[in-house]
Amino acid sequence: MAAHSLSPPLRGLLFTVKYVSLHSRCCAVHSKAHYSTVYNPNEKTFDKILIANRGEIACRVIKTCKKMGIQTVAVHSDVDSSAVHVKMADEAICVGPAPTNKSYLNMDAIMDAIRVTGAQAVHPGYGFLSENKEFAKRLAAEGVMFIGPDTHAIQAMGDKIESKLIAKAAKVNTIPGFDGVVKTAEDAVKIAQEIGYPVMIKASAGGGGKGMRIAWNDDETREGFRFSSQEAASSFGDDRLLIEKYIDNPRHIEIQVLADKHGNALWLNERECSIQRRNQKVVEEAPSTFLDPVTRRAMGEQAVQLAKAVQYSSAGTVEFLVDSKKNFYFLEMNTRLQVEHPITECITGLDLVEQMIRVAKGYQLQHKQEDIPINGWAIESRVYAEDPYKSFGLPSIGRLSQYQEPLNLSNVRVDSGIQEGSDISIYYDPMISKLVTYGATRNEALAKMEDALDNYVIRGVTHNIPLLREIITHPRFISGDISTNFLPEVYPDGFKGHQLEVDARRELLASAAALYIAAQLRSQKVLGDQRVSTIPVKCTHWELCVELGEGCHAMEVTKSGDVYNVEVDGGKVEVIGAFNLASPLLPLTINGSDRMLQCLSRDASGMIVLQYLGTVFKVRVLSKLASELNSYMPEKVPEDTSSILRSPMPGTVVAVSIKPGDTVAEGQEICVIEAMKMQNSLTAARQAKVKSVHCKPGETVGEGDLLVELQ
Amino acid sequence: MAAFSVARSSCGLVNGLRVSFRSLTQVKYGAVSASVAQTNLHRGCRWYSVSHLSVRERIEKKRKAALVGGGQKRIDAQHKRGKLTARERVELLLDPESFVESDMFVEHRCSDFGMEEDRNKFPGDSVVTGRGRINGRLVYVFSQDFTVFGGSLSGAHAQKICKIMDQAMTVGAPVIGLNDSGGARIQEGVESLAGYADIFLRNVMASGVVPQISLIMGPCAGGAVYSPALTDFTFMVKDTSYLFITGPDVVKSVTNEDVTQEELGGAKTHTTVSGVAHHAFENDIEALLNLREFFNFLPLSNQDPAPIRECHDPRYQPKLTTCWTSFKQYIVDAKDFFEIMPNYAKNIVVGFARMNGRTVGIVGNQPKVASGCLDINSSVKGARFVRFCDAFNIPIITFVDVPGFLPGTAQEYGGIIRHGAKLLFAFAEATVPKITIITRKAYGGAYDVMSSKHLRGDVNYAWPTAEVAVMGAKGAVQIIFRGKENQAEAEAEYVDKFANPFPAAVRGFVDDIIEPATTRKKICSDLEVLASKKQVNPWKKHANIPL
Repeated sequence: MAAHSLSPPLRGLLFTVKYVSLHSRCCAVHSKAHYSTVYNPNEKTFDKILIANRGEIACRVIKTCKKMGIQTVAVHSDVDSSAVHVKMADEAICVGPAPTNKSYLNMDAIMDAIRVTGAQAVHPGYGFLSENKEFAKRLAAEGVMFIGPDTHAIQAMGDKIESKLIAKAAKVNTIPGFDGVVKTAEDAVKIAQEIGYPVMIKASAGGGGKGMRIAWNDDETREGFRFSSQEAASSFGDDRLLIEKYIDNPRHIEIQVLADKHGNALWLNERECSIQRRNQKVVEEAPSTFLDPVTRRAMGEQAVQLAKAVQYSSAGTVEFLVDSKKNFYFLEMNTRLQVEHPITECITGLDLVEQMIRVAKGYQLQHKQEDIPINGWAIESRVYAEDPYKSFGLPSIGRLSQYQEPLNLSNVRVDSGIQEGSDISIYYDPMISKLVTYGATRNEALAKMEDALDNYVIRGVTHNIPLLREIITHPRFISGDISTNFLPEVYPDGFKGHQLEVDARRELLASAAALYIAAQLRSQKVLGDQRVSTIPVKCTHWELCVELGEGCHAMEVTKSGDVYNVEVDGGKVEVIGAFNLASPLLPLTINGSDRMLQCLSRDASGMIVLQYLGTVFKVRVLSKLASELNSYMPEKVPEDTSSILRSPMPGTVVAVSIKPGDTVAEGQEICVIEAMKMQNSLTAARQAKVKSVHCKPGETVGEGDLLVELQ
Repeated sequence: MAAFSVARSSCGLVNGLRVSFRSLTQVKYGAVSASVAQTNLHRGCRWYSVSHLSVRERIEKKRKAALVGGGQKRIDAQHKRGKLTARERVELLLDPESFVESDMFVEHRCSDFGMEEDRNKFPGDSVVTGRGRINGRLVYVFSQDFTVFGGSLSGAHAQKICKIMDQAMTVGAPVIGLNDSGGARIQEGVESLAGYADIFLRNVMASGVVPQISLIMGPCAGGAVYSPALTDFTFMVKDTSYLFITGPDVVKSVTNEDVTQEELGGAKTHTTVSGVAHHAFENDIEALLNLREFFNFLPLSNQDPAPIRECHDPRYQPKLTTCWTSFKQYIVDAKDFFEIMPNYAKNIVVGFARMNGRTVGIVGNQPKVASGCLDINSSVKGARFVRFCDAFNIPIITFVDVPGFLPGTAQEYGGIIRHGAKLLFAFAEATVPKITIITRKAYGGAYDVMSSKHLRGDVNYAWPTAEVAVMGAKGAVQIIFRGKENQAEAEAEYVDKFANPFPAAVRGFVDDIIEPATTRKKICSDLEVLASKKQVNPWKKHANIPL
């Protein structure tokens, strides 16, 4: 499938650590990277670079700057003053309060920071000002280098309408659709009808799935227009929209390009980004299982044609939609470093940030097209602070009370900008990190990803590891049968977590029982002198009852040393483990195979919360006696929630559409909550009269806060 | 003679069981009238016949009778209420097969109102007593049996409790009471009252000698409430336990208030409003399992050091700590933190934890509630906890983030001066190892109170974020620079001078300024050194804490 197979000696080269961090202050970002190009210290670039971004991408850029001996300046909002990127950088300047339009989008403050620090160039990362031509212009006016393409290319490609025209002219395949600014909801409906449903409505200025809605009928078009224009205005300060034909069941495959200021351009192979939810990518891989060398070359060459047509320089990405017949259509060009660039770095061995800096300084590309390999396979999982059980991921916030990246494993790269103790706030993107695994084959990379996800310790915020692990172990994903509709197709009723098979269920129950016994035995180990001697219970055999969900499983356990033999539901499970009860990770050998479980919590009443196969399960272990007596305990009646609307996520109330006394129909919008730049419409679960309203526009609400009561 | 009485009793047992089919005629709070058989058939009728049972058989019979308490019907009724029986509770609380029962054959001695009749006698009476082990460690237990006369307290019942309390005192082991009693046994009159007083006296004598824990698992009303109140910790079971001096009926007749049992003396009331109970649990099973966990923290008596449990945690945990409360569970071992009164006076957090395996008491201001200020309730809550730790050799770790005492008429009229002094008194008189960490604000008198160096703190640390001052910058500037034009500049000057750990550090009032991430490591090594701390207060009959 992959065009280039790899000779073993060449592959060894990839894992060599090519640079050593000049400063060891950085701790949370990956300590090794898979670059095969050797940095040439005689090639002078810049003395000092300002990174106009935050989070993992700022850390990522600083990392390469350190390698190249370049001083770095971080900018940050006041809530980010102790963020990782600030600690890593040589200098840091506060550019305003938490909201992005007052800090990271505040051009005046950033220009001041550049002046004060004397930075010669600016790396914008992705998002924020990375594709803002105004910013690029202001930099040029002050003689500061913008590490990215020039203003012309940003402008040409940043506008979706213009970019399509240019693409057409450059003989790049484009999608049928309407090229023009949409002014009102009714215009939108008319255009949509002309093109034919389904249509996609999106912000002209935006990318990354923000301000993007799919409409299947007139009503949805109106709603989509309203939301998209609002979001576009709040995210990009530009409320222009466009509408085009929505290709059902497509794959999203993009080509990384790299061009210099001397008219040279390369394509660095593709990235498969089809696994998406709400048009935001979740799992990416490079190369794609779907492309054959011919299609790959065709796409690559069209991408390079487009880059050349706009005199592109620096790294950029040309996104294509590919249908089942391998027809591909130009979607848009991102004139910046992409979030998912690490997988391209893994398979090509290039350091894209280093190349961007070189190109910005005016150097020619080091490579020729034939130098660009596909070495092995790389997979990236975007680890988000969000609840995957709510529409595949609604933002969650909180403080990372415990955080451990799986960097003890080989061939794992974690790009993150947070560390233990960091806050995930409502102001910024809820991404925790990008977890990249690499292998000689796709299967190797997938197996490594499974391991890495199991070893990833995140506490304090809800995260999407359950979903990620389910995706990468799903038969359809493994066989490469994916499209952008993967998630809704595979989980039509929403994501429900890992569904346990009989054997897996037994393994989970047995592990919980073993952990319970280990904890019980530890309680009897009282050290030091005691006046009244302790008489520990001499016990090698336990009768337990383990509850999981509805069912209660009787179980017998015998223990000798670290080996627990468990009989449950007529099956036998052998669990071997030396339990460290303080560690979040529980490395166990279950029936001969190594498994990494995580213990989230354990309490005196036998409740054990375990993460097993990515999903979190609540298990209750009781002694046989306690379990028998438990049948006498009264059921506690839970609160009736059908007449109460609670906020599903933390955020800001944007609009409240009803008032007390109104009668709402089922599905009618009650209020709109904005969180992490996404607007979420909350609707009534049934027809009812509104009893009371507990929120008002502009208010900040927490997850689970009472918003509206119905009668 | 013995043979006769056995015949009577075995016969009476049958009748007693029959009587028990009728549920208790009436349960009044504060007292219970035992149901007395009214059948004419048996009135005045006594059988005198030679028993056909041997002594051994009679012993067996009694034992069997003792095990079923008030009989299966009442056991079923108890279960139906969502409550376990006295014996089930004991079995669940203690290690398997570790329970050694005493006084199984004790019966009440009342002879009035037909109580002398055999059917009204139950071997063991309305309480199960004995000793056992929790995770191998000795404990004395009594468990009141609601199925026998509603768990009402007879002279014999009290005598049984007193016996195990006396034993617990002599060997030095904790006493756990599982309370489920309707109150005094009215038929016994003053004997029952005397029984209460006997228990109260022992509660007081044992106070500070062995830990005493009460778990309220049913009604506990009238004079009976004072026994739990005298013990060190009172835990409750939600929805099935009540504590009050007088029940809703009496309340209605005296003050004309309409109030339910739950509102008047339920678990929620006592853990959030009154502060009578220290913790509440969902049901009997959770309560008993949690009690086992809690017991692990406690030393057996004031002669024993705080227990040290095997510890799996690394000593050094680099943690970015900005607020101690969110990270307290990461400073201590295995995230085990048994919070005492989590829902009452939340501006102070107290509870037990372990550092490197060793039990410690943690006291800290909670800045998220009322800015962590000290008020009447939080002072009293803190003081009681500190005194318990001091009495039982448990080192005290104090985290300070306090803006001062809460001002206002409500507090002043309520006697904040008197109550605040309790916390000050408790910290000052404590001779156990005392480690204090000033995390942020330590303003005014509250700084002194919170286990400061001046109150014999053994090790006092400040985080770099600490500010020790008489008050916050704004207030101070208004006083120092009254009338001065440039208040902002003065404020900046004050902040520069006082809003940092230096003023305290240069005077030696804190021993070191430490990085938050090293807190755990420092505390662990300090505790090791302080394990041999010896400090004696001057001889006195007892101190006079401002009660």
